[in-house]
Amino acid sequence: MQSGTFHTSYASDMALRPYWPQRVRIAIVLIAVLIFPWFADRYWLNLANTIAIAAIGAIGLNILVGYTGQISIGHGGFLAVGAYTAGLLAVRLDMPMWITIPVASLFTALVGAFFGLPSARLKGLYLAIATLASQEIIIWLLTHGKLLGIGESLSLPPATNNLFGVPLNALGNNDFVFYWITVGFLALTVIFVSNLFRSRAGRAFVAIRDQDIAAQVIGVDIFRYKLLAFATSSFFAGLAGALTAHYRGIISWERFTIDTSILYLAMIIIGGLGSVSGSIYGAAFMVLLPAMLANLARSVSGVVPDINSYLPFIQQGAFGLAIILFLIFEPEGIVKMWRNVKDYFRLWPFSY
Amino acid sequence: MANGNGASLSPPQLEIDSVSLDFGGVRALSNVCFNIYPGTIQAIIGPNGAGKTSLLNCISGLYRPQHGAIRFEGRNIIGMAPHAIARLGIARSFQNIELFRHMTVLDNLMLGRHIHMRSGVLSGGLYWGRAQREEIAHREVVEQVIDLLEIQSIRKKTVGTLPYGLQKRVELGRALAMSPRLLLLDEPMAGMNSEEKEDMARFILDVNEERGTTIVLIEHDMGVVMDISDRVAVLEFGQLIADGTPEEVRTDPKVIDAYLGREHAIRQG
Ligand SMILES: Nc1ncnc2c1ncn2[C@@H]1O[C@H](COP(=O)(O)OP(=O)(O)OP(=O)(O)O)[C@@H](O)[C@H]1O
Ligand SMILES: [Mg+2]
Repeated sequence: MQSGTFHTSYASDMALRPYWPQRVRIAIVLIAVLIFPWFADRYWLNLANTIAIAAIGAIGLNILVGYTGQISIGHGGFLAVGAYTAGLLAVRLDMPMWITIPVASLFTALVGAFFGLPSARLKGLYLAIATLASQEIIIWLLTHGKLLGIGESLSLPPATNNLFGVPLNALGNNDFVFYWITVGFLALTVIFVSNLFRSRAGRAFVAIRDQDIAAQVIGVDIFRYKLLAFATSSFFAGLAGALTAHYRGIISWERFTIDTSILYLAMIIIGGLGSVSGSIYGAAFMVLLPAMLANLARSVSGVVPDINSYLPFIQQGAFGLAIILFLIFEPEGIVKMWRNVKDYFRLWPFSY
Repeated sequence: MANGNGASLSPPQLEIDSVSLDFGGVRALSNVCFNIYPGTIQAIIGPNGAGKTSLLNCISGLYRPQHGAIRFEGRNIIGMAPHAIARLGIARSFQNIELFRHMTVLDNLMLGRHIHMRSGVLSGGLYWGRAQREEIAHREVVEQVIDLLEIQSIRKKTVGTLPYGLQKRVELGRALAMSPRLLLLDEPMAGMNSEEKEDMARFILDVNEERGTTIVLIEHDMGVVMDISDRVAVLEFGQLIADGTPEEVRTDPKVIDAYLGREHAIRQG
């Protein structure tokens, strides 16, 4: 709670970021985001793009799990639907990315709503198992996709990476150009989802999570809204998948297995359930953790020569350890830790 | 109060017609019949386990009675989904507070406006324009409820952090935000001290008088019930044993025997 700010109208009282310290922080973040790509090398640009795409997917999952309270272990499957839809449209129909990305996102939203149908009857763990089934069905279709004629992997024609006819490689190197695309989509996602949760439909999602009986009694058609939550969540999974397809240029089903679903769940748990910024922190954490461990391994490989052969185990162990430590010490995630830091400085220098 | 006697002349707003409800072997309601008239305060009293909450759950669509009909403004609502019944103009509060605990008071009340608002996922996400105009318009309605219930100072508080008495008040607020024609209140004063009870009774009377809302009130405090209700229905073991004005019910030998007598005996003994 901030004090000393008087709102003169409901519109300004309902603004997303009404207080000046928040606006200053946003300005700083914006400036940093705008100048970063001019100084970063391709390694860091690649990490940033990976984080931005993961953050879009994590925000999508958070809509369903964190905000609406419907546990899903099927997010990897929806990412796959987005990636393969964009990929197939690009490969088969030579469609450019500015068409494949929105089409793939919308199609994934439909698929998500379909696999959300069991939520009419199932809750909690039972629904989680049903979403696990949807994950397995999607991967099975992709690996046995004679109908779709998909091999082990799918390579997208580079020419489809163009924006309204302008080929991306004319604009700069792939990582640099995609930085603007992925970060741009992330910004749109953040704005859209923040708006959603300060208006009618978003509140209905949260109502279902908090008290589904009361939600019905105030007039929320909870089945309809659960399907909408699945659709909206999957839309962003589809967007993340489609961006991955065009950015990497090659996709294979192995990137979208249950491991990926669990990785995304870990992102939102570590970042903060029911929080847009938490989804971004969680995505950054989960992308940076293995990357930084790999850097560390490289720098000590002179002293510990076989470290690189242990690296995958160290990365997996650190992943598990991070989840356990967060669940024990800060179950509300990074977003809560950050709030504590802000609260500390708000009272500074009178903090104790 | 004012329209207590004239009310029975107008057609009933809610007809509870031979309603029976079984849970396996337990008969929670058996052949319950009575009418609720527009603009009145109708109390439902009865000992613990008499079936009062079950009856409200039947009206709001959470339970489905095996027999009978419940007609709201002439239309049978048994079998309708709870959200569809809410849209007809029936709101309620719960015996054990069922608020959206992690949301602010404002968000809880704005959810009360859900049925009167239109914007969906897309217009909500785009926000500026339609959704924002709608939010502002309905925020004004919610502010009126906030003023009525004198909860201005806790607008932005998370509901779960509020003391019990205030939570009860917010739950009434959420129901009022729905601008219902029929308001069902399940023990809105339970667990309150006498000052809080007085406030709550005043709010209920205000809503009834200023908005003309019909109120169904389940309450154990006989003083309050006899004071503010126009009519009282008495349930015991799932059966309606009396229905009439507070005077009629107070002097009904069956009621004295089954319920009030026991209360008196306890109070005096
Ligand atoms: N969901 C349910 N499943 C099984 N039995 C139920 C259910 N709901 C109510 N009952 C039974 O129906 C009967 C009436 O309960 P109800 O809660 O309606 O009583 P009440 O009059 O509201 O009592 P109180 O004053 O204690 O709130 C009780 O015997 C109760 O055990
Ligand atoms: Mg009860």
